[in-house]
Amino acid sequence: MTDEQTTTTPAPKRGVRLSTQIIIWVVLMALLVLIGLGLKKAQNPIISVGSEIPDFPLTMFEGYSYQGASEINFSDLRGKVVVINFWASWCKPCEQEAAELEQAWRSYEEAGEVVFLGVAWTDTPNNSKEYLKRFDITYPNGPDLGSRISAIFNRNLGVPETYFIDRDGVLRLIKIGPFTSLQEIQASIDPLLTGTVPVGNNIPIADNIPTGE
Amino acid sequence: MKRLFWITAFLLVLSTSLIFTQDRLAVATASAQGSTPTDDEVNAIAKQLYCPVCENTPLDVCPTQACKEWREEIRGMLADGKSEAEIKQHFVDYYGARVLAEPPRTGFNWLVYVVPPVAIAAGIFVLFRALRAWSQASTPEAGTDEVDASSPPDDEYIARMEEELKKRN
Amino acid sequence: MLADFGFGVLIVTFLVALYSVIAAILGERKQSAQMVESARRAQLLTFPLLSLTAGVLIYLLVNNQFDVSFVYEVTSRSMPTYLKITAWWGGQAGSLLFWAWLLSAFTSAVTLRKWERDREFLPWVIVVSSITLAFFLSMNIFFENPFARFYQIAGGVDAYTFKPAGGVLVTPQDGNGLNPLLRHPGMIIHPPMLYLGFVSFVIPFAFAIAALVTGRTDDRWTRLTRRWTLWAWLFLSLGLVLGGRWAYDVLGWGGYWGWDPVEIAAFMPWLAGTAFLHSVMIQEHKGLLKHWNMILIMLTYALVIFGTFLTRSGVLSSVHAFAQSAIGPMFFGFIGATFITSVALLIWRWPELQSETEMKSMLSREAFFLLNNLLFLSVLVVCFWGVIFPLVSELFTGQKVTVGPPFYERANGPLFGAMMALMGIAPLSAWGKSTITTLGRAIWKPTIPALFVPVLAYLAGYKQPVALVGFFLVAFVIFVTLYDTFRSARARQRAQKEDFFTALARLAGRNRRRYGGYIIHISMMLMAIGILGIEAFQTETQGTIAQGQALQLDGYTIQYNEVASWDDPGAGVNYTRAVVDVSKDGKYLGQLYPRIDFYFDSQQTMTIPGLRSTLQDDLYILLVDWQPVSAGGATFKVYHNPLVNWLWVGALIFITGMLFAAWPDKDPSLRPVRASKHAVEPSAAD
Repeated sequence: MTDEQTTTTPAPKRGVRLSTQIIIWVVLMALLVLIGLGLKKAQNPIISVGSEIPDFPLTMFEGYSYQGASEINFSDLRGKVVVINFWASWCKPCEQEAAELEQAWRSYEEAGEVVFLGVAWTDTPNNSKEYLKRFDITYPNGPDLGSRISAIFNRNLGVPETYFIDRDGVLRLIKIGPFTSLQEIQASIDPLLTGTVPVGNNIPIADNIPTGE
Repeated sequence: MKRLFWITAFLLVLSTSLIFTQDRLAVATASAQGSTPTDDEVNAIAKQLYCPVCENTPLDVCPTQACKEWREEIRGMLADGKSEAEIKQHFVDYYGARVLAEPPRTGFNWLVYVVPPVAIAAGIFVLFRALRAWSQASTPEAGTDEVDASSPPDDEYIARMEEELKKRN
Repeated sequence: MLADFGFGVLIVTFLVALYSVIAAILGERKQSAQMVESARRAQLLTFPLLSLTAGVLIYLLVNNQFDVSFVYEVTSRSMPTYLKITAWWGGQAGSLLFWAWLLSAFTSAVTLRKWERDREFLPWVIVVSSITLAFFLSMNIFFENPFARFYQIAGGVDAYTFKPAGGVLVTPQDGNGLNPLLRHPGMIIHPPMLYLGFVSFVIPFAFAIAALVTGRTDDRWTRLTRRWTLWAWLFLSLGLVLGGRWAYDVLGWGGYWGWDPVEIAAFMPWLAGTAFLHSVMIQEHKGLLKHWNMILIMLTYALVIFGTFLTRSGVLSSVHAFAQSAIGPMFFGFIGATFITSVALLIWRWPELQSETEMKSMLSREAFFLLNNLLFLSVLVVCFWGVIFPLVSELFTGQKVTVGPPFYERANGPLFGAMMALMGIAPLSAWGKSTITTLGRAIWKPTIPALFVPVLAYLAGYKQPVALVGFFLVAFVIFVTLYDTFRSARARQRAQKEDFFTALARLAGRNRRRYGGYIIHISMMLMAIGILGIEAFQTETQGTIAQGQALQLDGYTIQYNEVASWDDPGAGVNYTRAVVDVSKDGKYLGQLYPRIDFYFDSQQTMTIPGLRSTLQDDLYILLVDWQPVSAGGATFKVYHNPLVNWLWVGALIFITGMLFAAWPDKDPSLRPVRASKHAVEPSAAD
């Protein structure tokens, strides 16, 4: 194959220098670890029940406020039960629960122990306001600016989703999909008022599975 | 010649990083106040944005209801006389940086622009060192396997034939 | 019951594959030819076993066995039989099985050959290919069982491999049906073609590992796998082109490539594979770049595994889907383990891969091949980092970002341009000593006419500067290739006293790889013309018009004639079809029929464009499906894509070139396998 008449002296056989080896392994490991961690984080897209919710700001739509402030931080609400509902004006299932949510809010509003926060996710401001007016929603509501709030709760958010947080800022219940009744909402909130954990952690099974026949 | 090599390498690396963004479509820009912006004007901006909800779908071709509303939003902002930059900024403020076709050049995101040219430059550097070590280690000799590319075609063909025959023995 | 049988055969195949790995390793350690032969037989057995498994699955698919979850997922009663068969690779579980079946077929083809001269490779080739096979089968068995069935228990209905306690079998009336986007002919061939390419690359990788382990690091392993590499590369390239054509025909955004992570995941192994394909030539000619070839084939294999998972025929796959599926971590683990093993082996054998000659000049042909490797790897680095970065960004900042076309185009454009320049310079370069004068003397002749091409293009109306540079490079490469061929044929003509065309035919016939390669280079330049045309000069317009009204674009008039809507209950589709009259500069050209197909079972729509294709351009008309369609008003989107059909023409010529290159040489004495030389080398087992 090679021309026997090539007259160069072959370079001395040498292995890979130790320093180079170290660099190669370090870079390789770093890359694998990086990708592995990224994978792990992506594997758990939803924050888990029992985690403490980090602080975040909510800037509300005009006409909406909480105790006089149109911009609040989540940490301001410590000591109260917080219900965070993600919705969007283009979301049909959200409409199914809109009336019940407002009803529930009104039933708890006076006692002042429960705060409802509506977060409009990837919605256009005008359409959001129109939706709120249509369902006569009065609880504090604001857009998810920069999609930062949803990033805390579920990196793959769909709507509607509702998160129930106890008085210590710990997530206790996740509801994916619309509520079917006022009672369902109240059953999720009432235990939190007394400091017990509500029943049922509702994560739906894959939607390509048929219901029994 | 070595200098030529380095200049080429440097240009190669630089060009993969920050300079010149290609501007493809030349479509009509901001509309006159009062008339409704056309679909083309909306699409010219929507084309540069990505759907905040769907995965990797440009905003001008996304068929969902939400995307329809975003395009109408753009239309409304154009009618108000907002510029392309303002509209894009509004989208970023509302929906996050993922609506842009590439990460904004701030903070951590600089890594996406910097790492490839650095890696490539490192590769060129390592290669060049290895090549230099090679040519220094070898003894200079008369080029027995030199083939003059400028010789007339007949000779080149015959020379090539001879080389092939040599290899086969 | 049949499903249980299928699953049973799957498990048996898995065990057989594991056995062949163990037997091969033990046989090699103990120098027992019998054990190695047993391993070989076991490996051969996997193919009929997997064929049986596949047969069972296809039977279930064709016969509407909807209690099997995979059948429910990808078929429905309204699908024609041929589509039900192709649904085999229409979902994750089935496509994994399909991959495994292809792998067992190819490794059987390899292990069937006589192994006298390369006995020591055999155990390790079996080990690598059987471990890969076992991995894919384990994914099927433990995570994505194509034979899982629906059972109802207290908590609800789910798919199970084994009947759960108190479970009742559930048989749905009808299935979901294959995603309509997958029912297009392009999408039927595209996954198998890609998988053929992916799987074929496992063979050279297996041989590379065998070469490293046995220490036979000369060019034997590259010669043995040369055909495999060629065919692998052909299938992978075709798979990519088919994917592009499918996207163009069916996805409705007037383009063929969007720098989507899924596309890039299939593109990366192609990049490494192309570099490998070229680089092994240098190893054979000059004994150089041996380290490179090892690195490149390892990269190709790792990227093949990565790409396989990411590009399973589900249309919505992306980096996030990979990350969230149950088998994501398993694939990651497998890739990591293979990479670590490969790198360790490579470092161990690094000294033995020393080059036999060295590069004397930066402008020699060897140096250009080295530069070629560097360019391909650079594009690979850009692509890999762009795909990974959103994951990394989310990890460190919690913020999601998109890395899209502007990033890739800006970084890769100049790199591709450099590759094209190289395609033109390298064929005229000389082995060994070379200076800029010798090189310049060789290439000035084709360069001059090439300079006229951008001028002509400019005069013809194509004025964008980057495209003009691109056209120059295209012309440069084509002229250089033709010039070199002409020169050599001319020289042969004179030397052999033949007429020109006989000389050309004989020349090409005896150097099939080289001239096949030239045809391929030319075909790629034709494809480049198409790409430059659509990327630099595409225009579009969109508008809502009533019947009788028209849209204008680049001299074309598209007039809305009429619309009709009807159901096809047998196929389960509703069609909405518009008729538009197309004229250019006043001259009537004909009618086009953009369409919206709505599939009842999956509730999804497909927009099929009305397409008018000529070599000069495409007129691409869509009925926009998110707006109402009626005689009173319909929204059309029109794309004008200049020169795009050169992309597909180039692809056809590419196939010709590949067939030419891969065809066995006529003269057996010229075949590269030289028995005499290698008889000297000792064989380990025998």
